[in-house]
Amino acid sequence: MNPALASNIQTQVRPDATWATLLDCATKEVFQIMLQTDLTTVSVPEGDVATGDTTAMVGLAGALCGVLSIRCSSRTAESIAGRMLGSVGAVDPSEVPDAIAEICNMVAGNFKAKITRLADHCLLSVPTVIRGEDYEMVTIADGEQIVVCLGHEGERIWVCLAVHS
Amino acid sequence: MKTPRVLIVDDSSVMRKIIERSLRQAGLELGEVVQAGNGAEALIAVQEGAFDLILSDINMPLMDGIEFLRQLRAIDSAKSTPVVMVTTEGSESRVVEALTIGAKGYIRKPFTPEQIKERVSPLLEVMR
Repeated sequence: MNPALASNIQTQVRPDATWATLLDCATKEVFQIMLQTDLTTVSVPEGDVATGDTTAMVGLAGALCGVLSIRCSSRTAESIAGRMLGSVGAVDPSEVPDAIAEICNMVAGNFKAKITRLADHCLLSVPTVIRGEDYEMVTIADGEQIVVCLGHEGERIWVCLAVHS
Repeated sequence: MKTPRVLIVDDSSVMRKIIERSLRQAGLELGEVVQAGNGAEALIAVQEGAFDLILSDINMPLMDGIEFLRQLRAIDSAKSTPVVMVTTEGSESRVVEALTIGAKGYIRKPFTPEQIKERVSPLLEVMR
């Protein structure tokens, strides 16, 4: 067994009040460094849920078990891919899921690096991307959800950390 | 002057392009740049020709960067090829493992071209 997984059995890490801010910060840093873009924090009215036809997910295992997902519109996903690649004009559609997956991967890595007890005791899965026009994300395991909504070129990017209890 | 032949190993084709672009943006003179999508592909590339520098992700399907590095060091012609890990892993144990096996350093994603230059330049200087 990977030591990072073996050692966490006694050191389960639970979310606290700072995690939403850390998730917000981790996401903004990734966009600033990799896309040279400043995201804005969006206040979400109660009852609003994450929407968008592109979702990237990364699993977390070890001291924290759960899924970190980033959901946005296909237009935003294309914009992200274009900025990452420094493209002028249209982006190769085949590169869009790859780009959004990498962003999700980096956000997850950057987020866990900010939590000392998590950094060395939690592993990330290879990312997965879902695309489609009408789907709902449902977390089966009960646990906390931390949701951050950020603005990018007038559209919303939803970042959700679903923690398994 | 010989320009370095570089291998970039990452399961994301977007990230491979970004790493290559960052190397060039950092002002590093590169020769041929070869890309591989995982450790197994990278080992085939190494057996087909020597590299002066390898940048490898850790978390990849089929063969991860740690196993790639382990198998790379068993190839006589690649024992001393400098390898820098480029990873989202904040896990110190994974990075230490890579350094113990023989990685020359690591760069954590997200990164800037300057961070790439800082880590890679000394390794290319040694080559010259």
